[in-house]
Amino acid sequence: MLTNISRLLINVFSSFFVLTLFTFGLTHFFPDGSSFIYDPSLSTSLFPDVSLTMHQQELGLLEAYINYVTHILSGNFGFSSVRGTPIMDDFVIYFPATIELAAAALLIALVVGLPLGIYAAQHKDKWQDKLIMSGSLIGYSMPIFWWAMLLVLFFSIILGITPVASRIGFEFDIEPITGFMLLDTLLSEKHYALDAFKSALHHLILPAFVLGTVPLAVIARSTRSTMTDVLNADYIRSAKSRGISASKILWKYALRNASIPLLTAMGLQISILLTGSLITETIFSWPGIGKWLLEAVYRRDFAVIHGGILAIASFIIIIHLVLDIFRSFVDPKLRRKQ
Amino acid sequence: MNLLHIENLSIDLKTHSGPLSIIDRLSLRMSDNEILGIVGESGSGKSMLAMAIMGLLSSKMEMKADYFSLDGQDLMKMVPADRQAYISSKASIIFQDPKSSLNPCFTIATQLNETLSAHGLHARSARKQRSMELLDAVGINQTKKVLNLYPHQLSGGMNQRVAIAIALACKPRLLIADEPTTSLDVTIQAQILDLIVNLNKTENVGVVLITHDFALLSENTDKIGVFYSGHMMEHAATKNILTNPLHPYTRSLLNSVPQLGKRHTRGSRLFALKGQIPTIDKPPVGCRLGPRCPSAEKQCVKPPRLISIPNHGKVRCHFAKQENERKETESNVETRSTRKQTILGADS
Repeated sequence: MLTNISRLLINVFSSFFVLTLFTFGLTHFFPDGSSFIYDPSLSTSLFPDVSLTMHQQELGLLEAYINYVTHILSGNFGFSSVRGTPIMDDFVIYFPATIELAAAALLIALVVGLPLGIYAAQHKDKWQDKLIMSGSLIGYSMPIFWWAMLLVLFFSIILGITPVASRIGFEFDIEPITGFMLLDTLLSEKHYALDAFKSALHHLILPAFVLGTVPLAVIARSTRSTMTDVLNADYIRSAKSRGISASKILWKYALRNASIPLLTAMGLQISILLTGSLITETIFSWPGIGKWLLEAVYRRDFAVIHGGILAIASFIIIIHLVLDIFRSFVDPKLRRKQ
Repeated sequence: MNLLHIENLSIDLKTHSGPLSIIDRLSLRMSDNEILGIVGESGSGKSMLAMAIMGLLSSKMEMKADYFSLDGQDLMKMVPADRQAYISSKASIIFQDPKSSLNPCFTIATQLNETLSAHGLHARSARKQRSMELLDAVGINQTKKVLNLYPHQLSGGMNQRVAIAIALACKPRLLIADEPTTSLDVTIQAQILDLIVNLNKTENVGVVLITHDFALLSENTDKIGVFYSGHMMEHAATKNILTNPLHPYTRSLLNSVPQLGKRHTRGSRLFALKGQIPTIDKPPVGCRLGPRCPSAEKQCVKPPRLISIPNHGKVRCHFAKQENERKETESNVETRSTRKQTILGADS
């Protein structure tokens, strides 16, 4: 197990190495505000100037790269070339909002998609299966912005159940502690903390559902296909013939086997959720990383774009590390032989 | 008493254009502790019979039978839930590919325990004790070590042994082995077969051995059933089938077994029946073998019935009686002539 984890860690470091080479290349050969992080003594100045660019080019390539990586590892992702504030400060504010949204979306996708897929697999080729599969195909091919508009029109404007935008009602003032609104409202000592929590949850539902639609469809479809394979396998048939109860076969035997390819599919979905939340965040004016990056693009704030890309990519590498470790717990074949 | 007694079992595949017959009015009797071999081409319905006995047919299949008794109880009169429980207490099945018949995600111990507790053995220590006994019974030496391994850490032969151990955990009266050795090495094949035959004696289980390898059946079985296109073509004692095959299909199967040693002549070609097994949606008119049969005649357009031949068994062929008489006179002549040659006398 330990050798296995160390093997995964080597994987992570090599992907991180390639990632930093790429981003370093971007900043080194197309210099901008993020070049501040080359030299901390210069980082007090607000805007990059010619002399700075000259200075960093005087550094050796290797030296510059090592400098760059040490700064990143110590959490210095550079400074916004428009506002001059550290990128990390922005990131700490916006990233939890995206994670909160993505986690809620993934939760909805799993809680709805997994049982739907299993149900479809159990009723393969019957009308239930066909209904679920065509429904998920529609969900999968739905343009997100249009789908979001429809939901807003129906639930917020016609029915008036859910709010249209932002993370919490304007009447609540919540101190950011963790950056996760749901947690912060619960941790808050104000008298309206519980109402604020409800409001935050209320605000979260619609965007999370919109963002979760595509992963839901993907999870339902891949659950269905892996589950039908597994349910037809000899070991399930022989378990059935040995008198093991149907529910035990489904939830213990079959789901464990089906979850191996499902975890892989989910890993991809998580990356898509984190990076692809841009449209959803813009529509619901959700102050997350996607919206932050989009605004940086409008402002031509290259330092922010660069730092954001680096931070998101690093985060995704870490998520995949966690998933890999998790997968080796589920699939004994991935564990190293003794 | 009959361990297995089937009368007129039909299995149909439900399709949009109506049911297609996979097994057509099959009758079979098998006595206690018998080893019955079932042989036939792929697609002849032999595995479907195994599935039907185990109650594992998919929902697309429809099964009908006048009488279907396993160890004295008629399965057709039971409600589905009771039937499954009853079958699992009386019969077990081993599949072709041992790698896929064991769950890759659980240790051998977990899989054995699961079955043992489904059959009323709940105490931990008792289950462990019984697991070790079972693994020991199938010839596994390091039982303690093997219990904690996963299927992918064992070889194919070992996996098949484990699968047999799990099958025995239910204390079955009937063990169905659906091509148990097809995916194994030849030397391992012999070991596994020996194991199954030995279990038949020591554990007192009846065995249905399904295969398409005639050589394998000849040494181990008491009776052989020959399947073709969902019909039982010939059902007789192994000795009779080998020495006096009455159905042309049985003969052609026997002729297509490769021979080694002195019977092999260099450059000779192996006999092969022309054509292919008919698809289930287009069965031929009359005798199912008709279009491929080397000795077919006009009357073969009428479907033959399964007729009893005295001192032999049951054969589904119009010419079975004729053939039997011809063989008898032939063998009489032969024995007379071979008596003179004392060396070959033992063979006939």
